[in-house]
Amino acid sequence: MSTWQSVCQLGDLQPDSGVCVLVSGLQIALFYMPQESTVYAISNYDPIGQANVLSRGIIGDIKGQPVVASPLYKQHFNLITGVCLEDETITLPVHPVRIEHGCVQISVKE
Amino acid sequence: MSIKKTLVVIGNGMVGQHFLVNLVNNPIKEDYNIITFCEEPRAAYDRVHLSAFFSGKTAEDLSLVEPGFFEQHGITIYMGDKAAKICRDSKTVTSEKGHSIRYDKLVLATGSFPFVPPVPGHDRAQCLVYRTIEDLEAMQAAAKTGKVGVVVGGGLLGLEAANALKDLGLQTHVVEFAPRLMAVQLDDAGGAMLRTKIEALGVVVHTGKNTSLITDGEQCVNKMCFADGEELETDIVLFSAGIRPRDDIARDCALEVGPRGGIVINNQCQTSDPNIYAIGECALWNGMIYGLVAPGYAMARTVVADLAGNEASFTGADMSTKLKLMGVDVASIGDAHAKTPGALVYTYQNGDTAVYKRLVVSQDKKQLLGAVLVGDASGYGTLLQYCLNGIQLPENPDALILPSRSDESVGLGPDALPVSAQICSCYDVTKGEICKAIDAGCTSLDGLKSETKAATGCGGCAALLKSVLNSELAKQGYEVNTDLCEHFAYTRQDLYTLIRVEQIKTFADLLARYGKGKGCEICKPTVGSILASCWNDYILKTEHTPLQDTNDTYLANMQKDGTYSIVPRIAGGEISPDMLIALGQVGKKYKLYTKITGGQRVDLFGARVDQLPPIWKELIDAGFESGHAYGKSLRTVKSCVGSTWCRYGVDDSVGLAIELENRYKGLRSPHKIKFAVSGCTRECAEAQGKDVGIIATENGWNLYVCGNGGMKPRHADLFATGLDKATLIQYIDRFLSFYVRSADRLQRTSVWMENMEGGLDYLKSVVIEDKLGLCEQLEQQMQTVIDTYQCEWKTTIEDESKLKRFRHFVNSEQTDDNVVFVEERGQIRPADEQERKHFKLVEVA
Repeated sequence: MSTWQSVCQLGDLQPDSGVCVLVSGLQIALFYMPQESTVYAISNYDPIGQANVLSRGIIGDIKGQPVVASPLYKQHFNLITGVCLEDETITLPVHPVRIEHGCVQISVKE
Repeated sequence: MSIKKTLVVIGNGMVGQHFLVNLVNNPIKEDYNIITFCEEPRAAYDRVHLSAFFSGKTAEDLSLVEPGFFEQHGITIYMGDKAAKICRDSKTVTSEKGHSIRYDKLVLATGSFPFVPPVPGHDRAQCLVYRTIEDLEAMQAAAKTGKVGVVVGGGLLGLEAANALKDLGLQTHVVEFAPRLMAVQLDDAGGAMLRTKIEALGVVVHTGKNTSLITDGEQCVNKMCFADGEELETDIVLFSAGIRPRDDIARDCALEVGPRGGIVINNQCQTSDPNIYAIGECALWNGMIYGLVAPGYAMARTVVADLAGNEASFTGADMSTKLKLMGVDVASIGDAHAKTPGALVYTYQNGDTAVYKRLVVSQDKKQLLGAVLVGDASGYGTLLQYCLNGIQLPENPDALILPSRSDESVGLGPDALPVSAQICSCYDVTKGEICKAIDAGCTSLDGLKSETKAATGCGGCAALLKSVLNSELAKQGYEVNTDLCEHFAYTRQDLYTLIRVEQIKTFADLLARYGKGKGCEICKPTVGSILASCWNDYILKTEHTPLQDTNDTYLANMQKDGTYSIVPRIAGGEISPDMLIALGQVGKKYKLYTKITGGQRVDLFGARVDQLPPIWKELIDAGFESGHAYGKSLRTVKSCVGSTWCRYGVDDSVGLAIELENRYKGLRSPHKIKFAVSGCTRECAEAQGKDVGIIATENGWNLYVCGNGGMKPRHADLFATGLDKATLIQYIDRFLSFYVRSADRLQRTSVWMENMEGGLDYLKSVVIEDKLGLCEQLEQQMQTVIDTYQCEWKTTIEDESKLKRFRHFVNSEQTDDNVVFVEERGQIRPADEQERKHFKLVEVA
């Protein structure tokens, strides 16, 4: 069962960059690509560096996949699937996002 | 179990050491106990580059022995102990200190001694020779009181010695018996051109002079009297009139020696006693003494092969040489004097640039027999390959020495070389061996150098080595991909030029015009850095923020737990007690871990992202500004206390350090840049380990460049000496701008310079002589950066909209519960995983 939760305003996001929101005790990184009008939601916890820092990584694309590079040791995580490009055994939780009336909403599995 | 035999090597000079290195790399070493005698107080060092001792290199820098070499290979070395006597009957060597060793095989590598003509007065005070580091020290001591120095001998070594005298600040003369300089290698016109060039440097050349007496001088210590009646007053007389083989130990035990000296050897380098070999300058092969290092190395390898039972022979060596004498390129190949019957000669002479080139070609114009190059030796590699490998010459051989005024290249491509072609003559590396290393996966120039040792001797073949590498990689289908990343098919240098020439101000604009995709963590910070170097915008402008690495985005250094450290600027390491107290108060209030950095600053650790703005507000109010410790940018200018306080200080190093740090602060560059300024040659600021190092001397500032500490430490190179402050700053402006413009991403100045074709000399020609005509532009670019400096933290805390980003959550005031500290030695540190679970935590509010 999942429900949409409003987490912040669109204006709280940083274009082509990341911010972090707290949702039901979870730290979630939101990345906003205004040209595609897309927001990605992925866990803020970097399991390799063991710190809550992914929202502060640089985003971009590698071979067409949207990714964030960890600011600690630079591993890439696919923003759609959560899979780590350097170690496919590692997958981060990702969450559906939508924008409703300027409000960013995330669906978190309960 | 077989009992080991004993191998004794007499002499640990360049050739003796080369022999040992080759021996220990051969399985035959297992058969021998190896013992070597070294007369000098230190093991083998680079005599070829001896004059580097006066431009800042130390005896350690010149050493050819890797630390621990003798211990690691179980070699016994008797240092400072001269082998005095060989008894062939009992097969023993006895040393001056009384060691007596029984040998099975003996290798003589006793080298040579400088020939001192038996002129009356040759043994007077300050009549010196140029051979060992002790000789150099004697020269240094003599130069302290003297003003004038004369070198007797205008050959290779003599000119090298003259360079040393000149570096010591003496008025320098060269006296040569022959009618021209470098009589062995050069013809008359080549010698004359060399003379012009050397005299332009302030060295006085006297040719056709026969010294008849050295006696008391009137103004100087000595006076030289010549056969033609002329006289020359001088403080130092330096004999460099050739070498003589040191064969006395061989004579004493009745080994065969040549009529004019030299231990006679056969093609296996065996002397008249088959158990005794001789190699290097003490050996006489086919009536020849080889006074160059490469033939000595070839003999050393021959003996190792012979010991191992492999077929090997030394059958003479090519005497071609290329070197830089006092900054003048000189090269001589093969039959430079056109002694071959029927030989044809082509000559090119340019009086304006003082270049002289001569080709000696066979009668049928098909083979190159020899060549002479003065003033420009860039064609040496190609010509040598033509000559050594008998490659057929192009239809018009003179094209090889005429300046190419079109893009058409007349050089010999690496593909034209046979696999047997010797690329590196110092280490005898063939093209075949290089290709083999490339096949085995060695695809960088550095890797190739350490794998094959090619280009690590005199370095003369570096350009050729690089072209072989590139050509082989291209042939194997490896595209030599220099693209920055998948988004830009350009190098960093290309992007720099595009951004500057087309006045591109944003990443989006550059990507739209020259890139594809969205970018990544490689190209974004690179472009962000270039934009900052060129236009020096505030880096957290909305369009620039996404380009920055996390450290730049938050203007602080991220640590392992996601907290940040803060380093305010303390220019030159000078700080008042009040400022220090202010810093301490901030550290205490926010409970930060504090540590002194290597760059004479204070680092405050453990700040959460939301604490950064209030901390900086307090620091700025106290008078601090950003230290840019988070950026690839100028970090610190370290200094010693200098002449203001120090008893030994020669100049005000702190004052200069502060001025330089304030001048270049905020400069974004391909990698971090560190400076240091020392107030005297005691060098307490360790300036020679920095990208830019400055040392005060009595004559002005000495500038060193391209050093660094870190994973691969590198000693900086002496770049210019005796500078006044204005010139010093001008050179640094140009140097830094040129680095920012042409280095690769994340390439420090050392690697940048080492990869530059022409290396340090080229860099000097660009920065000092303005070879590229760029200097004005480089200075202007630096001035723009200086004029647009801003403290990024001041700008940030004054802008509400920028502060929004300094929160852990955009939707909550909570902080990151994963950040926990424990106490250690009275300060905080991040808790480890175990501690999080089991220990009582000290949460920092």
